[in-house]
Amino acid sequence: MALFLGTAVINDLRLLGVGFRSVPAGEITIRLLRITRFAFVVMVVTGVLLFYSNPLRYYHNIFFRIKLVLLVVSAVNIWLFHGRIHRRVAEWQHDAVPPRQARLAGLVSLLAWSGIVVAGRLVAYDWFDCDRNVQTAFMMWLQGCATSGVAE
Amino acid sequence: MLWFFEWCEATWLGTAVRTSVGAFPLIESIHLLGLGLLGGAILVVDLRMLGVGLTGQRVAAVAREARPWLVLGLGTMVLTGTLLFLSEAVKCYYNTSFWVKMTALVIALCHTFLIRQPVALDPELESSTRSRFVAIGSMALWFTVAAAGRWIGYS
Repeated sequence: MALFLGTAVINDLRLLGVGFRSVPAGEITIRLLRITRFAFVVMVVTGVLLFYSNPLRYYHNIFFRIKLVLLVVSAVNIWLFHGRIHRRVAEWQHDAVPPRQARLAGLVSLLAWSGIVVAGRLVAYDWFDCDRNVQTAFMMWLQGCATSGVAE
Repeated sequence: MLWFFEWCEATWLGTAVRTSVGAFPLIESIHLLGLGLLGGAILVVDLRMLGVGLTGQRVAAVAREARPWLVLGLGTMVLTGTLLFLSEAVKCYYNTSFWVKMTALVIALCHTFLIRQPVALDPELESSTRSRFVAIGSMALWFTVAAAGRWIGYS
């Protein structure tokens, strides 16, 4: 987790132009992101294993759902970044502060991954579990909880 | 020494975190974000010392760039970690993982600032066997801190 998040954050900080400014951006997006990808695979494999320990509970957990949505946001952001501004990384990689599009990608990434960490941590808490306390209709709907007496 | 832990738990800060529903999970989350920053700042240098990652830069250059983020991440973790500790100090006292973590943390901090940082900044030691050993030691120590920390929650 530290390997994945740490290298991703360093990448984002460089794209924002606030950290590692003496290192060319291309060096980070290419060499460092290789490590990030490797660590990501480890996280997905272990994450899937944890998910299968109790799939129904996670499926109906609001924080798990938020986490998945943010993962999609993050994926779209990565896809847009690499398909657009990163194609011309050679032109701007020595700038201390990268172009606006790259800074935006760095910011979205940083926020999405932070959200994923927070949501992921909160998955462990049962405040909103379908079978616990009385949940609001909205929360029941958000989590796809089965309503009593009515088939799901 | 137990009286000290009891005192910690009775402080208004410890009580405030303990009695609030959302405070502990929220502080825990920030603790994890700090982990991302600290872990990244540590690993990027250790890996570079082993010849992995930012190989286009000198080890010393990477170490210099990583340092402010290491300090920021560490500061975040210590601050949030203290709050978490205050809220359940007595539980920590009886928790073996807690003591393993704190012991490893002290050693890891000494190793990072007294041994690894000087070695990383010394251009003559770049890609030497000694520098590789220091990097592996650093990763092993910090891994112990993180793993023991995670284990505090399982007992």
